[in-house]
Amino acid sequence: MTFSWIVSYWPLLLAGAGQTVLLLVISVAFGFVVAIGLAFAQVSGGPLTQYLARGYCTFFRGTPLLIQLWLLYYGVGALLPMIPGLRQSLFWPILREGFFFAAVSFTLNYAAYEAEVLRGALLAVSKGELEAGRAFGMRPFTLIRRIWLPRAIRIALPTIGGEIVMQLKATPLAFTVTVMDLYAVASKVRQDTLLVYEPLIVVTVFYLILTAIIARAFRLIEAQVPSRR
Amino acid sequence: MAAAPQGVLDLLSPYPPGWGGTLLMGAASTIAISVGAFLIGLLLGTGGAFGKLSGNRPLGLLLSLYTTAIRAIPELILIVGLYYAGMDGLNRLLTAVNLPAIEVNGFVVAVAVLGFVQGAYVTEVLRGAILAIPVGQIDAAKAFGMGPMLRFRRVILPALLPNALPGLANLWMSITKDSALVAVVGYQELALATRLAGASTKHYFIFFLASALLYLAITLVSNIVFNLIERHVRRGQPKPHEEHTA
Repeated sequence: MTFSWIVSYWPLLLAGAGQTVLLLVISVAFGFVVAIGLAFAQVSGGPLTQYLARGYCTFFRGTPLLIQLWLLYYGVGALLPMIPGLRQSLFWPILREGFFFAAVSFTLNYAAYEAEVLRGALLAVSKGELEAGRAFGMRPFTLIRRIWLPRAIRIALPTIGGEIVMQLKATPLAFTVTVMDLYAVASKVRQDTLLVYEPLIVVTVFYLILTAIIARAFRLIEAQVPSRR
Repeated sequence: MAAAPQGVLDLLSPYPPGWGGTLLMGAASTIAISVGAFLIGLLLGTGGAFGKLSGNRPLGLLLSLYTTAIRAIPELILIVGLYYAGMDGLNRLLTAVNLPAIEVNGFVVAVAVLGFVQGAYVTEVLRGAILAIPVGQIDAAKAFGMGPMLRFRRVILPALLPNALPGLANLWMSITKDSALVAVVGYQELALATRLAGASTKHYFIFFLASALLYLAITLVSNIVFNLIERHVRRGQPKPHEEHTA
């Protein structure tokens, strides 16, 4: 076991770790917002929105993330230049990057899984609490903002922690679309130094630490929420 | 812009120059890998669950190291790491007994690696399912003088299946999707076949959409099958409340 390569590679490793964390934060944050919409669409939407939201979740939960990522990067990526004017636009430098495609596909994927969790939690909020809100004259939007959603998030909290860890474990896939995340850096080290296991061990340790941090953070958040047990 | 429907259908035709055959072969290989890995996972998981419940301290520690490590490390890293470690280990073993090193069949390694990973998840599902069996049932079996094997076959297994099936169904779904990751180490299953088809025709979008639908079909069919199996193992159980179809 030799780890002397870390001395020369640590700036690259750090940058890679940054990309990994950035991908996680972007996909979880945006994915959560999309998931709230999808969950409400399924719980209280009309037949058409219910159908569409359910179809979305089934598609994204039923196909591998790798395929979704490649469909977006290779498939949509190949179609994008055909949109007139896009190549000359401001956005082109971003739209060309693998990072953009990874962020979008991870977000869409996370949203589908999270929507299922939230859907269950929304249904688990007791009718009485919602009726109490309505009796106070709350409009639907206020009811959602003050009672329905906060209560549902509290119910779903332990599951959300698990989902974020699952999402973290999916991030190394981004290397297949040229994102220089931590795993990609490790692969580069492997090619440069011909070491097989050491770079993988370093990446693993990083992921374990991040998982521990997420678990710890959620334990703290859960402790903040008063519960009767 | 997009190719005419005629052209698209030609691309997906099962006979060359269409790529449909390659995709279907890839799908078959995906299913074969998943089935193999799932069976190995069941075997390892059954052993793991009983090992964990046996109360043997060193064995328990070893098994919790196994399940914790597997479940905490990203699948891709596990698969890449174990893929090389497996190949490497086997060849070292062969050299140790003075046999020439061999190039191991990618299929075998993929199945072994995914099965090893799957075993950790199955262990936890089965452990929970066994713990949910009322103790009295097992005590009764002991009181009737049933040996461990007979007890497992007649009492524990039938009582455990209804508890374990939803979890096992989830694991099956996740393994069909995880099997796409062996594309990264270069074994040709559906994901890699799709990428090759896309690369040689430049019609990436069509092919990835087609392969996504193939994966979706596998998931949906599995769903139906698992629902049927669950209805079978739950026969005779009282229904706690009205069944709602999700």
